[in-house]
Amino acid sequence: MPQFLLELFSEEIPARMQSGAARDLARLAREGLARDDLAFETLGAFAGPRRLTLVVEGLPAAQADRTEERKGPRVGAPEAALNGFLRSAGVARDDLVARDGVWFATIARPGRPTAEILATLVESIVARFPWPKSMTWGAGRLRWVRPLHSLLCVFDGQVVPAAVEGVRVGDVGEGHRFMGPRRPFRARDFDEYRQALDAHFVVLDAEDRKRLILERGRALCAARGLELVEDAGLLEEVAGMVEWPAPILGDMDPAFLALPPEVVRTSMRTHQRYFAVREAGGGRLAPHFLCIANIDSADGGALIAAGNARVLSARLEDARFFWDADRATPLEGRLETLKGVTFHAELGSMHDRVVRIEALARRIAPLVGADAALAARAARLAKADLASGLVGEFPELQGVMGGYYAAHQGEPAAVAQAVRDHYRPQGPGDGVPAQPVSIAVALADKLDTLAGFFSIGQAPTGSRDPFALRRAALGVIRIILENRPRLGLDALLAASATPFDRPPAGLRAFFADRLKVMLRDLGQRHDLVDAVFALGDDDLVRIVARIDALSAFLATDDGANLLAGFRRAANILAAEARKGPLPEGEPARASSPPEEAALFDALAGARAGIAARDAEDFAGALGALADLRAPVDAFFETVLVNAEEPEVRDRRLRLLACVSDLMRKVADFSAISG
Amino acid sequence: MTLPGPLSFQDLILELHRFWSAQGCVILQPYDVEVGAGTLHPATVLRALGPRPWRAAYVQPSRRPSDGRYGENPNRLRQFHQYQVILKPNPPDMQALYLASLEAVGIDPAAHDIRFVEDDWENPTVGAWGLGWEVWCDGMEISQYTYFQQVGGLDVSPVSGELTYGLERLALYVQGVDNVYDLAFNDPQSPDFKTYGQVFLESEREFSAFELEAADVAVLKRQFEDMEAAVPRLLARTGRQGQPLALPAYDHVLKASHLFNLLDAAGAIAVAERQSYIGRIRDLCRACAQAWVAIEAADA
Repeated sequence: MPQFLLELFSEEIPARMQSGAARDLARLAREGLARDDLAFETLGAFAGPRRLTLVVEGLPAAQADRTEERKGPRVGAPEAALNGFLRSAGVARDDLVARDGVWFATIARPGRPTAEILATLVESIVARFPWPKSMTWGAGRLRWVRPLHSLLCVFDGQVVPAAVEGVRVGDVGEGHRFMGPRRPFRARDFDEYRQALDAHFVVLDAEDRKRLILERGRALCAARGLELVEDAGLLEEVAGMVEWPAPILGDMDPAFLALPPEVVRTSMRTHQRYFAVREAGGGRLAPHFLCIANIDSADGGALIAAGNARVLSARLEDARFFWDADRATPLEGRLETLKGVTFHAELGSMHDRVVRIEALARRIAPLVGADAALAARAARLAKADLASGLVGEFPELQGVMGGYYAAHQGEPAAVAQAVRDHYRPQGPGDGVPAQPVSIAVALADKLDTLAGFFSIGQAPTGSRDPFALRRAALGVIRIILENRPRLGLDALLAASATPFDRPPAGLRAFFADRLKVMLRDLGQRHDLVDAVFALGDDDLVRIVARIDALSAFLATDDGANLLAGFRRAANILAAEARKGPLPEGEPARASSPPEEAALFDALAGARAGIAARDAEDFAGALGALADLRAPVDAFFETVLVNAEEPEVRDRRLRLLACVSDLMRKVADFSAISG
Repeated sequence: MTLPGPLSFQDLILELHRFWSAQGCVILQPYDVEVGAGTLHPATVLRALGPRPWRAAYVQPSRRPSDGRYGENPNRLRQFHQYQVILKPNPPDMQALYLASLEAVGIDPAAHDIRFVEDDWENPTVGAWGLGWEVWCDGMEISQYTYFQQVGGLDVSPVSGELTYGLERLALYVQGVDNVYDLAFNDPQSPDFKTYGQVFLESEREFSAFELEAADVAVLKRQFEDMEAAVPRLLARTGRQGQPLALPAYDHVLKASHLFNLLDAAGAIAVAERQSYIGRIRDLCRACAQAWVAIEAADA
């Protein structure tokens, strides 16, 4: 079966866009082929620094012939209408068939050659390609991520004559810029293409490039008793920056290891895209780096390694300049600068924020077992590093640098640690702070952000969450659930709202939503969250414990049957309520039938059992409810609620209402579905 | 026969002049107003606008007052030199031309690792942006390569390709030297040999002190406002021959931009004020760009 090969050859494509581009290319091709009814066996797409490649196997030589039936005018319609239909359908009157008094035409659509369809498809892919950012060049109007030079576009061994403004289309490709023959090659199918790329020093598949980088990088390190510090994000990026990955291990002046390791790593990564290297066995950083060159040079990379080492020295020299200068100014001395840094036009300066967080951390501290003075001190210093030289250079080191500077100026360890960790958790994979002072400051930081933006009506909407408020709320929830301090969310929200003119409308519901999303992601049932939330509790630890207990209870036979009994009672009560007001008040105990008496007694017992337990013993309360299961089942089996005598009916309805009310005190069983 | 040694700083410039001259560029002199980047030379910012083809190359001393290190840092200068090339429209083989220019100054791409690394260039003070790369040689950024998309807030057509070589960095590389002040400025064999330090160190020391310690903030702010006021005044009138005054107005934009950099280096601009200053300069620049485009359209 014929094969289609397309290569879009351009100037260097940003690394961060390549994997998305490969996906988009595959998607556009798949959609286009489906639109034209062209089936295929397999489809693959590749992206690299200068090329996007598509290969589709097992296409037919042409589209299948198709017929289309078109409905015409009624039989007996005016002549003009019929003639108009014949013209538009392109058929003769003899070709029409009448069915149910209406004319139908059958139009034959012969399949077009696949090559012709592919030419149009390629043109439309180029025209519609969803680059995150594209450009024009020269005097042309075509848009691409960078200037597009040529297309290698071949179907079944023949060039597909696509027409793209100012771009060569043929069966000719180019290899590596600097290695190999450095002249164009011809390829008429994917095998020839891959062989040509091999011969021209291009590794087509990003996965192969990544594998080569890792294998060779690890081997280079191991040969010197070292270990590569692996970094998936960096690997992805460098694999998009080289066509012929050539890892080179370089040396660096060991004196730079006196800098914080985060500074060394970030400088290597951000500026130079080097991997860090450490002593074998997960030890400290070693005075080396791994850079990924794009060529094998005649001297085995010595010149390239020396050049890179010189650049890294200059970078680290600069970092050391900032590190020394930063430590010469106490953190408190930087607070003045924060007055000039706007946090948000309506929420004041970064300094205003520090003042708020300081007060809030002081209030939260006793709730999480932290020393209030230490928490306030840490909060006061937490943002000061934003005005330091190194954080100016590497914003991602905020907090981390503050922690170093706090330790340097002799702050207590708990303060330095809280400064360092107060931004955490910074994502789902990041841990939460565990020390009480850190917890207080981390909570204050996030709650101030949330209360502030909610108070000015900037709650997230849909996919728009420019201030990362969802992450902040989830951070609060995770910090509480993983450290288990017992505190009421409402009190926290009230405390965080005090500095703002308007209340943070909707913030409590936002937390409930975030908790639901989080529990759902953990595999918990959404409806159980509702059932527990309806109780109005605001102690997150207890709420989650209740959800867990309820989930376990419903999994038991007693739980499932009791839920069924609850529903039956609720249905009867709802049906009766539609007829008229339900009787109110406590039911009297009837001595017969025995099932009714038994339920009355069991209800009293369960009430007492639940009342005797404190709010923490949710499982115990559910256990007490479980005692109702057998009497409820027996009651429904033998007793007719809707008795003839009105006073009997009222008494039984009262009894059911009491059962329902008692159950709802433990959880809102009506919110549970399924 | 002796092998030629690496190029001196001035021979590097002369080689680039020779190379780009052969590509049809007019070889211009540095613009005589203080600027922070070679792009700001009217030969680039203004000539990138409008339909007429244009090829130019020149050296531009670029002043970055906040980078002043008193001559004590081997890599950072408050004034350095950019070699600037503009090709309008950019030719299809512009990358190849650029690489050939590197070979012309002694960088062999088979021995060095040359890379085009994404860097979307933007200069908010002149309302300009483009897509392109920083070019790395063994991990060192030696050039900026940009296809202009907007200048002065206006879309450009045709697109200009712009190359900016960091001459000191390139020279450090070519000469294999670690300290900028040790660069050979002219031929080391010459009896009149001078290092880069002998030519520029005193200037770095004096201007670092001026810009970081001795600048008079009140005067600078007043001068900034004077320049800002001059631009609309100049653009509102015509000369005796009916000519517009777009070029003189643009000079005042450059002066305002440099005064802003001086204020910034003096620590006189609060973070919250920065955007507003940049916006003011951008508006001035846009007005000049519009005036220039009108002139180009009238001539075309």
